[in-house]
Amino acid sequence: MTAPLVEVRDLAKTFDVSAPWLNRVVERKPRQFVHAVDGVSFTIERGKTLALVGESGCGKSTVARLLVGLYAPTRGDVRFDGQSTDAGQNAGDLRALRRRMQMIFQDPYASLNPRWKVLEIVGEPLREHGLATDTESLRQRVGELLLQVGLAASDVEKFPHQFSGGQRQRISIARALATQPEFLVCDEPTSALDVSVQAQVLNIMKDLQKSRGLTYLFISHNLAVVRHVADQVGVMYLGRLVEVADKAELFSAPRHPYTRMLLDAIPDIKMSGRARTPVQGEVPNPLNPPTGCAFHPRCPHANARCSSERPALSVFKGVQVACHAVQEGRI
Amino acid sequence: MNSSPLLEVKNLRVEFATRRGTLLALDDINLSIAPGEILGIVGESGAGKSLTGAAIIGLIEPPGRIASGEILLEGKRIDNLPYEQMRAIRGKQIGAIFQDPLTSLNPLYTIGQQLTETIQTHLPVGAAEARQRAIKLLQDTGIPAAEQRIDQYPHQFSGGMRQRVVIALALAAEPKLIVADEPTTALDVSIQAQIISLLKRLCKEQGAAVMLVTHDMGVIAETCDRVAVLYAGRVAEIGPVADVIHNPSHPYTVGLMGSIPSMDENRERLLQIDGSMPRLNAIPKGCAYNPRCPNVMDRCRQERPELFDAGATRAACWLVSPEVQTVRVNA
Repeated sequence: MTAPLVEVRDLAKTFDVSAPWLNRVVERKPRQFVHAVDGVSFTIERGKTLALVGESGCGKSTVARLLVGLYAPTRGDVRFDGQSTDAGQNAGDLRALRRRMQMIFQDPYASLNPRWKVLEIVGEPLREHGLATDTESLRQRVGELLLQVGLAASDVEKFPHQFSGGQRQRISIARALATQPEFLVCDEPTSALDVSVQAQVLNIMKDLQKSRGLTYLFISHNLAVVRHVADQVGVMYLGRLVEVADKAELFSAPRHPYTRMLLDAIPDIKMSGRARTPVQGEVPNPLNPPTGCAFHPRCPHANARCSSERPALSVFKGVQVACHAVQEGRI
Repeated sequence: MNSSPLLEVKNLRVEFATRRGTLLALDDINLSIAPGEILGIVGESGAGKSLTGAAIIGLIEPPGRIASGEILLEGKRIDNLPYEQMRAIRGKQIGAIFQDPLTSLNPLYTIGQQLTETIQTHLPVGAAEARQRAIKLLQDTGIPAAEQRIDQYPHQFSGGMRQRVVIALALAAEPKLIVADEPTTALDVSIQAQIISLLKRLCKEQGAAVMLVTHDMGVIAETCDRVAVLYAGRVAEIGPVADVIHNPSHPYTVGLMGSIPSMDENRERLLQIDGSMPRLNAIPKGCAYNPRCPNVMDRCRQERPELFDAGATRAACWLVSPEVQTVRVNA
């Protein structure tokens, strides 16, 4: 087996959410930190898709932003093709690395500059990385990219408002593909789209993966979408990975109680009458996470150990899972 | 159905007058809801789902207006009532639940003030009894420590808890019909399932009928008795949920069902509907779906199909028209 393309080790990001200095002094408030991502490790093989799932506030998007360098990690490191993406490196190397990884954002209405034409939007990364120098080759290259995502080459002269949501997301994909990256970070790329349009975008992403050998990190809260696109799935809860497994394994035999709960919560479209365990409680406040295993207040299998000792992600029957009950064989 | 319908919508047309001409947003909508029934309204953005709900609760804002058609609640017209009379019906006989629970609660009043105001407006009870009812309602919707939480403000509740409060508000005057417009779209999956089962249980207990507007087929499948699929302001197909999902007749319903990633089957590609829904100012002649339809015939481009009987459902498609059916039987 070859070395993985992306390797993430003990990644953590802490945000300072303290009150302003004067309030802290006058009202004697302490400094406060949110551990948005707390010790996340995973690898992604070349040409594969790892999906991260979880509810709002679990840190999935923060992981995505850390990977492409939009945030600097508080701890831990990201290695891309064996090379560290740490900001301490020389700028030229980092620039070369960034050409090889790109990101697609959730909201195609917010991520495209409304005052730029498609030519400028898709052409910017080409120009920035010196891949197209004269206007003629730029126009031709942008036209090719648009064709690849199912738009017309003549669309280069249009503005974003002339496109529908699905078409805008295709423009985002074309822009991300402009520098011929090997790795794409997709942060909820279809969440803002209607189902029929979502199917178009997911199909394009799959086709591109096949033809270009792309590697994806796919962030989503929709398990059905994840099941469709992913090879491996990581489940996050309050900034930590609780389970990482192959797709087939995760959906047929979920180990972690939280994964089971998420799977149970999906409305059953086939109406097979599958029994569903009602989900209890809500995600706790990340400012004040529970002690021990963060999931224990909602977990039907929790005991005294779960509330005091935090379980580490360790391999159990070929699946990485962070749960005392699973490790002890209680469930 | 033998009993007379609770709500009937007949040939409803909603228009928006704009500087560039009149846009037809809802075109000839016919629906009925029996007492205690849950009717789902599904469709993509811009299909007119929410507008149908708004028309029923009398909240269409200018420049939109009901151009023709009737809305009857228990046999009495409610679409042409003066504002004050409609206001008395809204809340008392028709309750409403909207997508975003933060914007549908007033941030400056406590939950208790908002609940007791609604109760006292519609029911002849005193302040003390109204408060007791409010606490009872909050308990019914599963809010822990209702006696304390009733004096808190909306910002002190989480998203899921706020939606419970909104449900309590909608049910406060024991309405016969609840119009729920995307009640779970803003919530996480684990909370979504809780809210849907809560809504279903409470409406059953009170015998209230529900019109559930959503784009999520899974929610529809789990909750509704019948479903209407809307496309470009018209009903494309309407019928019992199981038949619409498992045995759809309209090509749009077939495409819509195929584009949803499934939890049970493995498909390499999703069925996709090419193109997107037409804009209101460019609705094609004949059947609005004809440019995207794989089974399009000459007739579809010329004449608009009405709803025809198609087995257990009714579909607006020439493929299931009586004449075509006879031809098929003869052939």
